[in-house]
Amino acid sequence: MQPSQTDITPEVIQQHGLSDEEYQKILVHLGREPNLTELGVFSVMWSEHCSYKSSRIHLKRFPTEGERVVQGPGENAGAVDIGDGLCAVFKMESHNHPSFIEPFQGAATGVGGILRDIFTMGARPIALLDSLRFGELDQPKNRHLLKGVVSGISWYGNCMGVPTVGGEIAFNDIYGKNPLVNVFCLGIVKTEQLLLGAAEGVGNPVLYIGAKTGRDGIHGATMASDSFDDASEKKRPNVQVGDPFLEKLLLEACLEFLDKDILAGIQDMGAAGLTSSSCEMASRAGTGIELELANVPRREPNMTPYELMLSESQERMLLVAKAGKEDQVLAICKKWGIDAAVVGKVTSDGFVRLLENGKVVAEIAAKALADDAPKYDRPFKPPEYQDVLQSYSFDNVPDVKDAGEVLLKLLDTPTIASKSWVYRQYDHMVGINTLVRPGSDAAVVRIKGTNKALAMTTDGNSRYCLLNPYVGATLAVAEAARNLVCSGAQPIGVTDCLNFGNPERPDIMWQFVLAVEGISDACRAFNVPVVSGNVSLYNETNALSIYPTPVIGMVGLIEPAENATTQWFKRSGDRIILLGETKEDLGGTEYLKVVHYREQGSPPWLNLETEKALQDCLLHMIQKKWIQSAHDCSDGGLAVALAECCFSPQTAEGQPLGARMNLDLNRQRVDALLFGETPSRVIISVAPDHAAQILAFAKEREVPAVDIGEVGGEDFILKVKGKGAMSGSSIKLPISELFTCWNTSLERKLHE
Amino acid sequence: MNFGVLVFPGSNCDHDCAHAVAEGLGQHVREIWHQETSLEGVDAVIVPGGFSYGDYLRTGAIAQFSPIMEALKEFAAKGGLVLGICNGFQILLEVGLLPGVMMRNRDLSFICEDVYVKVENAATPFTNACESGQILKLPIAHAEGNYYTDPITLSSLQANAQVVFRYCDSDGQVITEVNPNGSLDNIAGIRNAAGNVFGLMPHPERCAESVFGNQDGLLVFQSMVNAFTEVHST
Repeated sequence: MQPSQTDITPEVIQQHGLSDEEYQKILVHLGREPNLTELGVFSVMWSEHCSYKSSRIHLKRFPTEGERVVQGPGENAGAVDIGDGLCAVFKMESHNHPSFIEPFQGAATGVGGILRDIFTMGARPIALLDSLRFGELDQPKNRHLLKGVVSGISWYGNCMGVPTVGGEIAFNDIYGKNPLVNVFCLGIVKTEQLLLGAAEGVGNPVLYIGAKTGRDGIHGATMASDSFDDASEKKRPNVQVGDPFLEKLLLEACLEFLDKDILAGIQDMGAAGLTSSSCEMASRAGTGIELELANVPRREPNMTPYELMLSESQERMLLVAKAGKEDQVLAICKKWGIDAAVVGKVTSDGFVRLLENGKVVAEIAAKALADDAPKYDRPFKPPEYQDVLQSYSFDNVPDVKDAGEVLLKLLDTPTIASKSWVYRQYDHMVGINTLVRPGSDAAVVRIKGTNKALAMTTDGNSRYCLLNPYVGATLAVAEAARNLVCSGAQPIGVTDCLNFGNPERPDIMWQFVLAVEGISDACRAFNVPVVSGNVSLYNETNALSIYPTPVIGMVGLIEPAENATTQWFKRSGDRIILLGETKEDLGGTEYLKVVHYREQGSPPWLNLETEKALQDCLLHMIQKKWIQSAHDCSDGGLAVALAECCFSPQTAEGQPLGARMNLDLNRQRVDALLFGETPSRVIISVAPDHAAQILAFAKEREVPAVDIGEVGGEDFILKVKGKGAMSGSSIKLPISELFTCWNTSLERKLHE
Repeated sequence: MNFGVLVFPGSNCDHDCAHAVAEGLGQHVREIWHQETSLEGVDAVIVPGGFSYGDYLRTGAIAQFSPIMEALKEFAAKGGLVLGICNGFQILLEVGLLPGVMMRNRDLSFICEDVYVKVENAATPFTNACESGQILKLPIAHAEGNYYTDPITLSSLQANAQVVFRYCDSDGQVITEVNPNGSLDNIAGIRNAAGNVFGLMPHPERCAESVFGNQDGLLVFQSMVNAFTEVHST
């Protein structure tokens, strides 16, 4: 064993983010003191990011099994059978911290990372979605972050030729210093070609392919590398720099390996680079890995084993080739102009052993780094302010006086306004699969060679989660499923990205535990398994945590593809029917925030059975081809959802369609009726001669359904009738005015 | 008819073009790796969109040095049909098969959306299935589609009816307001003087199937088949 050049002092241990207790465990595992390289390897593998040490015991609650599940959590991504011998492979990941420091590259490399997770499984990525959170746009910094993140996603995704087909963006000042960038990717693979990240086959060669390793990304969570090498440059960029062109070549090369059937395992080098890829592959297969670091392609001379192992240079993969097939791997890499080298072999002893010119520089049991990483059952309890937040009385909140004015104000709110400024910068059509472009409830892509399509959505309302983490999380799952069903899809699988603050704080841990419970219960109710996901903790700046933000990515199957349905009204004269019941749900609404500057109250209560009944009923109607459009009611409530139904994207061909509608106040507050956010509601439009049949069918299924009006005209007319209704309770505005307000809001706010 | 689709490192509309021609028109298609040196057996070449060589240096600038380009120049010189779409158009400009250059879009951002173009010349091998003056709805997706050339070249393009597509509104009015990228004279697509090389920024392969509710793009490929059939039946 080579002696370490630096003593392992308590300061060094602390700088690596390891607790005393964790260091004692390391001593037990090794039976001796670690050297610096080993300490570095332990520190990244046992970091929250890689080990999920605060979250693992809770994530076990998720339902992860189902008829269609081919690969559940624990791999690079989950895989769900979609028939025809194909699997949909998907996952969502965060790239929050880097995107705040450097929005363009932070977001771009986030896209790069999730794409690698998908094609590592052997799947060709066919769709990307992004779930983004920023502070309000009145701050120049937030405008800068939004523009940077969007350009970064656009730059990387467009170049890769993978369409960015959807996602969501919400704004709240709580994200001012902690913006969230969560990226979802889905790919398609022949089930028989699904590849796993395991180092199978003792004696098989291990290859490194892709970008050369540099000193980038050896980040502050571990030690600044210049402490150990005075000659090295003083400043290291913490955010990695992406190269989508190289990644595109990697993608094509990897898919070519598959066709030739020459790999035994493959793993991308994401966080913790060479360290995590080698440890995870060995640990999954129950084998060991031996690496000769002298053979690792590198950008700079004199890199130490520590730096090589901890670098997070992008666009790199670690492969295990089938014995004797390494020359074919190298030949394919040569064709695509990618660096490649044999750097080691699979061993049988369960150790990750690192050599430098034949000398052992680190030797650790793979199991100690992965499976045996620490896990904590951290204490949790509700924050003291929780009751104050939740028990908000609406008695002192004045009801709306001019509903039209409020509607315009809500449509102008960036969270609700059109995101076309964003998705116009994303190539959302490359691949020629996009059946439903961004802007509807869910994106829909066809699966070539089949009569199927997949619908995808990402959803999460963090304000609901702040007010009640359990309910907020169930609402996110319900909304995702509802969005898919509105698009004509049967939900088949879930991935998630759980963004929270510091788990060492009991109140944050409480939010986390309840949210996981909510997701679990809701996924069970809808019978959709969680097949992959990501946890992002410590989203906290100056002791201020973000709102708990679990984001749900859900995938649904549409068969036949022609059942794909969009949210927009199609024809004048069609009847508009509201499915579901409207209750007095004002707590945590966008209306309450925008109009009354309050983020309080109990979020809308969700009855999972009611929701399931609604979704089953709607899906049946779509499959029977009874309806023209379906749109989920969410942020901004019924009035906003109805307006959105009128905002058909084909405005270039003519004016958007107006609508004439009547709503019964039914002893409610006007604001609750128009802008309350009761879940389990969907607006559908139907040909007039189908209306009676649909109302009868809904009644049979015990789903409330009311015919509220008719599509047509140039105005948006929403009459509120009943006791308590006043002249200002109704809305009559030209649809063009509403459309312009909604359509231009984001751009106006960015250029103010 | 045998179509060849060139594949450069970074091409990403290669499979889409092949799919559109094969599925939309039932024609034979071969993908041709940029390291190949022969176009034998190919009746028409499509230079597809994407980010050849990552668009590093300048869009299309590096692709012009690929081995296949010599064969392409020869193919074009002999009158073979060459269609360049988006990055393919940019490559044809760089290699000199078409005149002019591409600059970054006027607002400096990538734009992906449907646009309308007016068929200014329906008597070409790429537009013979269209009516003169027909308005097509086609998607664009690019960051560098701001076509520019010097005034003398522009005059000759105009005089020789080499401007094939212009950006227009849904009524066919060629006006600045609907020019998505700032291109000179609202130019969306041009042909060479001989008429056998055509470059355009919109993506016809993205609207060549009925499933998208718009098959205007198919007209471009159908025209090529018509032109080929006509030549070979006489």
